Amino acid sequence: MTLDASRGAQAPPELVQLLTPEGERVEHPDYDIDLKPEEVRSLYRDLVLVRRIDLEAVALQRQGELGIWASLLGQEAAQIGSGRALTDADMAFPTYREHGVAWCRDVDPVKLLGLFRGVNHGGWDPKEHNFHLYTIVIGSQTLHAVGYAMGIQRDDATAAVIAYFGDGATSQGDVNESFIWASVFNAPIVFFCQNNQWAISEPLEKQSRIPLYRRASGFGFPGIRVDGNDVFACLAVTRQALKNAREGQGPTLIEAFTYRMGAHTTTDDPTRYRVASELEAWKLKDPIERVKAYLFKNEFADQAFFDSVEGEADQLGADLRRRCLAMPDPAPLDIFDHVYAEPHALIDEERAQYAAYLEGFES
Amino acid sequence: MSVLSLSKALNEGMRKAMEDDPKVLIMGEDVGKLGGVFRVTDGLQKDFGEDRVIDTPLAESGIVGTAIGLALRGYRPVCEIQFDGFVFPAADQIITQLAKMPMRSLGAIKLPVVVRIPCGGGIGAVEHHSESPEAYFTHTAGLRVVACSNPADAYTMIQQAIRSEDPVIFFEPKRRYWEKAEVDTVNTDWWMPLDRGRTVRQGTDITLIAYGPMVKTCLEAATAAEGDGRSVEVIDLRSLNPLDAPLVMDSVRRTGRAVVVHEAPVYSGFGAELAARITEQCFYRLESPVLRVGGFSTPYPPSKLEEHYLPDLDRVLDAVDRAFGY
Repeated sequence: MTLDASRGAQAPPELVQLLTPEGERVEHPDYDIDLKPEEVRSLYRDLVLVRRIDLEAVALQRQGELGIWASLLGQEAAQIGSGRALTDADMAFPTYREHGVAWCRDVDPVKLLGLFRGVNHGGWDPKEHNFHLYTIVIGSQTLHAVGYAMGIQRDDATAAVIAYFGDGATSQGDVNESFIWASVFNAPIVFFCQNNQWAISEPLEKQSRIPLYRRASGFGFPGIRVDGNDVFACLAVTRQALKNAREGQGPTLIEAFTYRMGAHTTTDDPTRYRVASELEAWKLKDPIERVKAYLFKNEFADQAFFDSVEGEADQLGADLRRRCLAMPDPAPLDIFDHVYAEPHALIDEERAQYAAYLEGFES
Repeated sequence: MSVLSLSKALNEGMRKAMEDDPKVLIMGEDVGKLGGVFRVTDGLQKDFGEDRVIDTPLAESGIVGTAIGLALRGYRPVCEIQFDGFVFPAADQIITQLAKMPMRSLGAIKLPVVVRIPCGGGIGAVEHHSESPEAYFTHTAGLRVVACSNPADAYTMIQQAIRSEDPVIFFEPKRRYWEKAEVDTVNTDWWMPLDRGRTVRQGTDITLIAYGPMVKTCLEAATAAEGDGRSVEVIDLRSLNPLDAPLVMDSVRRTGRAVVVHEAPVYSGFGAELAARITEQCFYRLESPVLRVGGFSTPYPPSKLEEHYLPDLDRVLDAVDRAFGY
C-alpha cells in the first residue's frame, strides 16, 4: 500500500499550484488568476501581519498571559487565500486556528485572544463579521456550516458558506455527515480542509489511506488538492468553488496541502513525534517567502515596501500585546450571564445566592 | 373545543406554529410523506412543502448539527428524534454545541431549536425504543427540558417551545400518543407559561410528583388511594429545567410527604434532584423521607419484562404506604 503523505519537500501530484516555492508563476489548465501588483502586495501584507499576530500570541502564552495558543505558523497562505476569496455575504465557520481567516473577516485580533486568555469562550459577534465563533470540538462546525448553507438556499440568497477543518477532523462522524447533508441537499458550501499533515502527534496515515481530496468523490461532489502554501492557488481555487456554490452547483472539498510548522498548540512538543528534517524541508516551501520572491523578481515591490510592512507588523504586535494585557477580567457573577436568552429561575436563584455569599466577605 | 389525541395535538400545535412563523421548519427521519413513525408530523410536508418539512439523512448528529446552522441563519427548526434511544448520536451536538453556543457568544447567538423526543416504555418495543434519557439533558446547562403528559399541554407546550429563544428538549410520552382529550384550539387565555408545573389533583396527605407518562399513573394511584382514606395531591411538573420549585415546595409543605415517580432509573435520576431540593427546602415540614419510584438500575429490559420495570399503580401505592410508615 502506498500512502500519500509526502510530508517532505516533494510536491504530490494533482496539486494545483500557481506560484512555486521559488516565486515563479506557473500556469494551470483549470485555474488561473490575474492579480495586479497592488493585489499581490496586499496579500503579502496580510500574510506578514497574521504571522506577526500569531508570533505575538505565542510569546504572550510563553509569558503566561495566555493559557494556550494554537499557532497558524505555516498555514498563512491557506487561510489568507481562502479568506480573501469570500464576499461579505459569504459565511465562514472556523476551527480554533483560523486567525488568518478572522483577519480577512475584520475580526479585531485582540478578540481572538479572549478565549485563550480565559476571559470568555468567544468574544465577537458572528453576525457582524459573517465569521462564526471558534469551535474547539473537532469537526462539529461543519454541520453548522451546512445547516447555515441550507438556510441560504431557503432565503434564495446569493451567498456561500466555507467550513474549515483539519486533516484529523476528516475522521469525525460529523464531518462525514456534513458531506452527506451537503451532497443530498446540494448546499452552497465549500469544505476547506487544511491538511497540515499532523493531528497533534498523529500523521495523516492514521486518518486516511487515500488523499483526502479524493474522499469527495464518494460523497458525490468534486474534490481538489491545492498547494496550501501558495496563496495565489488557494485564492483561485476557493474563489471558483465559492462561485460554483453560489450558482447552485453544490459543494466542493478543497484539500489545502500545507504544513503545521509549529506545535499543535503551545502545550505540545512536536520533537517527540516528528523529525527535524521534515520541518526544514517545509521551510523551503514557506508561504510568505515565495510571494516576496515573486514581488522582488518582477519588481512589483521595493525594499521600502517590505520595510513598511515590517514596521506595520511591529506596531500591530505591540498594539496586540498592550491591549491583551489591558483586557479586563470578567466579574464573578458574569458566570451566570447568557446561559439562557430568556429568564430562568434556577440561574436567577444561583446568581442571587452566590452574590449574597460574595457579599459576606465584604463586611 | 376539539377532541384530539396527544399526537394530533402536537401535530396541530406544530401546524399552528408553522402558519404563524414562516421560519419554523420541521426536520427528521421520515417526517415527510410518512408523517413520522408515530404520525406526529402527518400532513405537514404536503401542506408546507419539502423545504419546510425536511426528510433528513439517517444521522441524528447531522439533524441537530444542521438545525443549529439553520438557527444561526434565523430559522426555528423543530427536530424529531425518532426514538429516545436514538438521541445519543446527537448528544455531542446537543450538549457541546446547542446548549453552550449562546453563552459562548456572550449572548450574540440565540438558538431557538426544539428537539422532540418520544420517550418512555410500555409499548412492547425492542431495545432502544423505551428509554427515559431526561436526566442527561436536565444536567446540561443551557437547555430547557419539558415533558407533556396530555393533549392540551402537548398543543400549547410545543408552540411555546418553538417560540422560545432557548433550545428546548421536548419529551413526548409515546405510550400516551393515542389518548384523547378536549383541547381548546381557539382561545389562548388558558395557556400556562412553559416553565410552570400544574397541580392536576389536589390532596392534603401526600404529594406525588411526576411528568410525562407517569402523570396518568399517579392520577390513577391517587384515585385508588382515596379508597384507603388518603388524600393524594398530584403534580405534573411539565418543565424539568427550570423546575417550578415553588409549586412543589408549597405542596410538600402542606402535605408533609412526597413521592417522585418516573420511568427512568432511580439512581441519579431526576427524582434525586427533587428529593434533595425538597429535603433542603421543606426539612422541618417533612413527616417522612422523600421516596422515589422508578426504573431499576438496569438497562431497559426486554418488553416481556417491562411491566416489572415500569412503575405502575401498585408500585406507586406501595411507596405511598411506605411514606405513611414513618
